Amino acid sequence: MSINRRQFLGLGGAAVAATALVPGLRLIELAQARSPEEAVTSLHRWGLLIDSSKCADGCTSCVSACADENGIQSHGRPATDAQWIRKVTLKDKQTGHVQTLPLMCQHCAEPPCVDVCPTGASFKRADGIVLVDKHICIGCRYCMMACPYKARSFIHEVTTGQKAHAPRGKGTVESCTLCVHKVDRGDGSTACADACKKEGHQAILFGDLKDPSSEISKRLASQPSTQLRADLKLNTGVRYQGI
Amino acid sequence: MRTVNLHRTLTGFMLAAGLILASSSSLAHEKEGHATGVSGRVPMPVHSVNADKGDKCVRPEEVMRRDHMKFILHQRDKTMHEGIRTTQYSLKNCVDCHADAKTGSVLGKDGFCESCHAYAAVKLDCFECHSASREAATAAIPAASPVRAKGSESAKGKKP
Repeated sequence: MSINRRQFLGLGGAAVAATALVPGLRLIELAQARSPEEAVTSLHRWGLLIDSSKCADGCTSCVSACADENGIQSHGRPATDAQWIRKVTLKDKQTGHVQTLPLMCQHCAEPPCVDVCPTGASFKRADGIVLVDKHICIGCRYCMMACPYKARSFIHEVTTGQKAHAPRGKGTVESCTLCVHKVDRGDGSTACADACKKEGHQAILFGDLKDPSSEISKRLASQPSTQLRADLKLNTGVRYQGI
Repeated sequence: MRTVNLHRTLTGFMLAAGLILASSSSLAHEKEGHATGVSGRVPMPVHSVNADKGDKCVRPEEVMRRDHMKFILHQRDKTMHEGIRTTQYSLKNCVDCHADAKTGSVLGKDGFCESCHAYAAVKLDCFECHSASREAATAAIPAASPVRAKGSESAKGKKP
């Protein structure tokens, strides 16, 4: 069998295309399910899209689900109890229109809490999740003052009954981890988003902001959304609709 | 020079004798401790391993005794900052294997971690934040009073 020049070049081109395409597909495939020994990368940026028009007044299932998932227990002292999500009620004074929304750590791309941390305990993971390394945290609470969203809590009292995946202890600051243990497990959702879905509201959507094919990216691309305090240019990972 | 050498030899001999004495007494001590659970003065550490997890640790025992904190510390930073959650050196893995069969915990008088740390008089900080109980055991313990935001009761009441 003999092949002419054109056929040869055609075959070569196809081979090049196949090798170029296959690693690409492989990358995406790996991105979907990261193995436990692989470090997180900036190929992803995890975030939430919260539609406050779907958030029901009086419903706090996201708050309770977060507490259950992360073993947050009340000491009966609301002023000092840890709070990873809280429900905020907004009222338009002119029209009287009331709406509620869940507010948690906004997982900023430029987090002020990280800027002010004197020990490096407050940090942003490569995939955009802002966390506190409680091994390094000295409990100075600078980050709590720096956060424009009041998203962080200081643990004032001895904690018991922690979950194995969510260590918590006295003298450190903590906040929403975007259910980092679930993210690392590849669950593709957070406790609050699951609870909201279960309640039938579907106000919270979790996803990868860097993946154009994810539902969150599609919705962000096609519908209007806002960042809270966008004037601070923090580029939040949690976006809102309907406010 | 000669006197120095003699001195050295003598010291060496005494040291060796001391070591032999110490090791033999510690052996006796260990035997006694294992038999009764307590020695004359300090309770001996309890060496509990979850039988269905096998009888081999992730590294040889003598390595683990000396260096377990190094492995845990290294793993800690990998997990916290890079999201690497391999189980080999994870604290969770330690707890899963070594938690006491009765209490499901590595703490307490018979707890694997606490009994040895008490014996060696080394402060154990891990479990001020981390769960000291085996995962299944933790799940079985009902949460004392999980946080409920205002209005959650009324919201719950609405459901059938």
